[in-house]
Amino acid sequence: MADLKIRNLKKGFDGTAIIKGIDLDVRDREFVVFVGPSGCGKSTLLRLIAGLEEVTSGTIELDGKDITDMAPAKRDLAMVFQTYALYPHMTVGKNLSFALDLAGVAKSEVKEKVQNAARILELEPLLERKPKQLSGGQRQRVAIGRAIVRNPKIFLFDEPLSNLDAALRVQTRLELARLHQELQATMIYVTHDQVEAMTLADKVVVLNGGRVEQVGSPMELYHQPANLFVAGFLGTPKMGFLRGQAGKADGAACEVKLECGAQLSLPLAAGGLAAGSPVTLGVRPEHFNIVPAGQGQLRVIADVSERLGSDTYCHVRTASKEMLTIRVRGDFAPRAGETLELAFDPAHCHLFDADGQAIAKRLQQAA
Amino acid sequence: MLTLKQSRRLQSVLVGTSSWAIAALIFFPILWMILTSFKTEIDAFATPPQFFFMPTLENYLLINERSDYFSFAWNSLLISSVATLLCMLIAVPAAYSMAFFESRHTKRTLLWMLSTKMLPPVGVLMPIYLICQSLGLLDSRIALIVIYTLINLPIVVWMIYTYFKDIPVDILEAARLDGATTLQEIGRVLLPIARGGLASTMLLSLILCWNEAFWSLNLTSSAAAPLTALVASYSSPEGLFWAKLSAVSTLACAPILIFGWISQKQLVRGLSFGAVK
Amino acid sequence: MTTSTLDTHLKSAPAAAGGKRRSLKPGWFLVSPSVALLLLWMIIPLGMTIYFSLIRYNLLYPGENQFVGLENFEYFLTDAGFMPGALNTLALVGSVLLISVVFGVLIAALLEACEFWGRGIVRVLLISPFFIMPTVSALVWKNLIFHPVSGILAAIWKFFGAQPVDWLAQHPLLSIIFIVSWQWLPFAILILMTAMQSLDQDQKEAARLDGAGPIAIFWHLTLPHLARPIAVVVMIETIFLLSVFAEIFTTTSGGPGFESTNLAYLIYNHALLQFDVGMASAGGLIAVVIANLAAIVLIRMIGKNLTNQ
Repeated sequence: MADLKIRNLKKGFDGTAIIKGIDLDVRDREFVVFVGPSGCGKSTLLRLIAGLEEVTSGTIELDGKDITDMAPAKRDLAMVFQTYALYPHMTVGKNLSFALDLAGVAKSEVKEKVQNAARILELEPLLERKPKQLSGGQRQRVAIGRAIVRNPKIFLFDEPLSNLDAALRVQTRLELARLHQELQATMIYVTHDQVEAMTLADKVVVLNGGRVEQVGSPMELYHQPANLFVAGFLGTPKMGFLRGQAGKADGAACEVKLECGAQLSLPLAAGGLAAGSPVTLGVRPEHFNIVPAGQGQLRVIADVSERLGSDTYCHVRTASKEMLTIRVRGDFAPRAGETLELAFDPAHCHLFDADGQAIAKRLQQAA
Repeated sequence: MLTLKQSRRLQSVLVGTSSWAIAALIFFPILWMILTSFKTEIDAFATPPQFFFMPTLENYLLINERSDYFSFAWNSLLISSVATLLCMLIAVPAAYSMAFFESRHTKRTLLWMLSTKMLPPVGVLMPIYLICQSLGLLDSRIALIVIYTLINLPIVVWMIYTYFKDIPVDILEAARLDGATTLQEIGRVLLPIARGGLASTMLLSLILCWNEAFWSLNLTSSAAAPLTALVASYSSPEGLFWAKLSAVSTLACAPILIFGWISQKQLVRGLSFGAVK
Repeated sequence: MTTSTLDTHLKSAPAAAGGKRRSLKPGWFLVSPSVALLLLWMIIPLGMTIYFSLIRYNLLYPGENQFVGLENFEYFLTDAGFMPGALNTLALVGSVLLISVVFGVLIAALLEACEFWGRGIVRVLLISPFFIMPTVSALVWKNLIFHPVSGILAAIWKFFGAQPVDWLAQHPLLSIIFIVSWQWLPFAILILMTAMQSLDQDQKEAARLDGAGPIAIFWHLTLPHLARPIAVVVMIETIFLLSVFAEIFTTTSGGPGFESTNLAYLIYNHALLQFDVGMASAGGLIAVVIANLAAIVLIRMIGKNLTNQ
């Protein structure tokens, strides 16, 4: 079992608040990813859970037991550090067995557990080496192995892939997903990389400025971002934003007049929205279509295009100088300066009020 | 015109020659001391100075007759090593907590510690002398061990602190999560990783203790007297004793000199006090 | 000590906010033994010294320990040896620092200029004086190098037909500066050499491609890179140079007159040769004040270099 409950957790350094009151539940066997821009407090939150930082106020409970002030060693958690933090003076085998040796586990059992972890991670031929003699990917696996050997209640990962090169990162990401299934373990994973967050997580926690912006499954977050920050943070290329004003709104539809000239009606329950209040419309790049002149809602000027082969990302500018990115087929590439006509389905639009909060729940789930 | 290769070689020869010349110049007094120690007193005082002579061991034999070299050397060794160990024992925990649990007072404490080293020992000679006298510690090894521990403590703390600063704190945190107590964290992870730096710190402390000449001359007379005192006892010659003086000096310096030569690589690497990144 | 500027550079200073929480960290109690010992080491003798400095206390006249106020200080400050002693101390510290930094940089740069045969041995030879005890080096210089009859320098002077110089009698302070520099130059060379090895080679090559000659590289790249190691050299050497004693004790005994007396030796002279504990204590306190002034100036100047990493 591993049920983690965090209640009103706060942390400050020298009077500067880093974590400004976080409530969070992590359930048994869940893969939870903390994601956010640098400085959002995600690593600090992980370190608070690990016990490496002192909590300023609030509580952390693990399986109903208050561990807020407990020494890190007694929490039964294991952590994989960004720098791997291998013991440089010990062999790989010693690195793996160190925790068990400290705990006074019987030699035969230690050996078995180390062998087991080494087998899972394909470290068997490396057990006698020192960390210095390993490649980045191998060190990474040793760091994970060190956690596996302890069979902890929760695995904590602090940006474990950020020191690997791109190819290895993709491969290790897959291995981590496989490992999560194989071990049936509870994992908390910190990253600034939204691809890692989307691909690995059962539950994503988006953090910003020491607060939780939104918690949910990757698809929930992608399709129903709670606010402008989440909408803009998840998804590559970024969601496009258009400024506008609310028109007539009721429980089933909402009129929006955009600054760039277009006017449309969205199928949103926006009863509380006053006519004339400023709003932001968000549309993801894949939801734009280029249509013949006169058939779309929006006229834009093409800027730079990035051709990836399978797709082309066109960066375009609206009449009101907003930059949008649209994703189109790979064989299409508009010239810079060319005028394009865009169409988009109001059902795939997101609407945010003046505070950046998403307006109402969307009536239908996007495809 | 010289080719690039030729000019490189020329540069190497020029730099090599001048470096050797400087090294020879700086080393000369030591060489001359060692040479003189193998001369007869007459050769030692000859003008012009003699570079070639019949070497003799008579000075060394005579010294051993007149004073018990090994008793002095034993005192030096004992006092230096015990003081060094004691100093490390007190300094390591302090440096550990300063390096890894920095507080707003850490830098100030460190600088304050260093500033205590700037107090001239003469300033406190009388009180220390009187304290030792009243405790019956005059001419005792204990007094010198305590004093050496204290006078080297600031430098030792500082050196260890700079080494510890270089060790990623992640590794210690990993140990903490692995269930290590503070003592295990220090003993099984931190110290083995920092052993190079610790070794050079101990080396420096040993050298400083071995060569310390103010307290040893003023607080000891015979029983606890280290080699510095032995040398001093030959310093006011009632006649011309250059050769014997050289022999006793060579004897006093030889252990630490040889030790220093063997470990100089380690020492040089360590002496940077965090100045080299 | 004024170090407030240093504090702003602290990387992280976890404050124990919310006092009731039990700290997870071993903090100050690990530092306290060192701090406590050093405090004792400072306060007890210093307190006694202050007390002695205010009474008449001469070991030759026991029992006459009445309170005399600042009389001892007055005597010490007006002592014929005080001004020369203070000036000599400054001259000694200043010139040895200058010699070891300037020659240290030059020699280190020479050794690091390129690979040559026997560099390892050269390094061993250069470091050797650092291992020699001050009493021995003073004796060797006095009797084997400086001696007007049998010294090496006398022989060289005679070889060129000049009148040998009695160095320690005619130029006592200069001679002592020479001896002390000989002891401390190796230390500077070694630290600066290690520092130069860590100079980024890419930077040097980029500069060379930009057309910089060896002198320009030395001036614009190497020297700035050496700021911190030089600070370390100055700091460490000052600590030891302020209390140079054995070198003077074994060579000139401060003479002739007060020509080679520094404060350390002057106080020693009062304490152990004239048995005037009161006056020696007053002198000791004055030396402490001077040392602390030097320390403050020094830490102001280079403290930043020392503690910022």
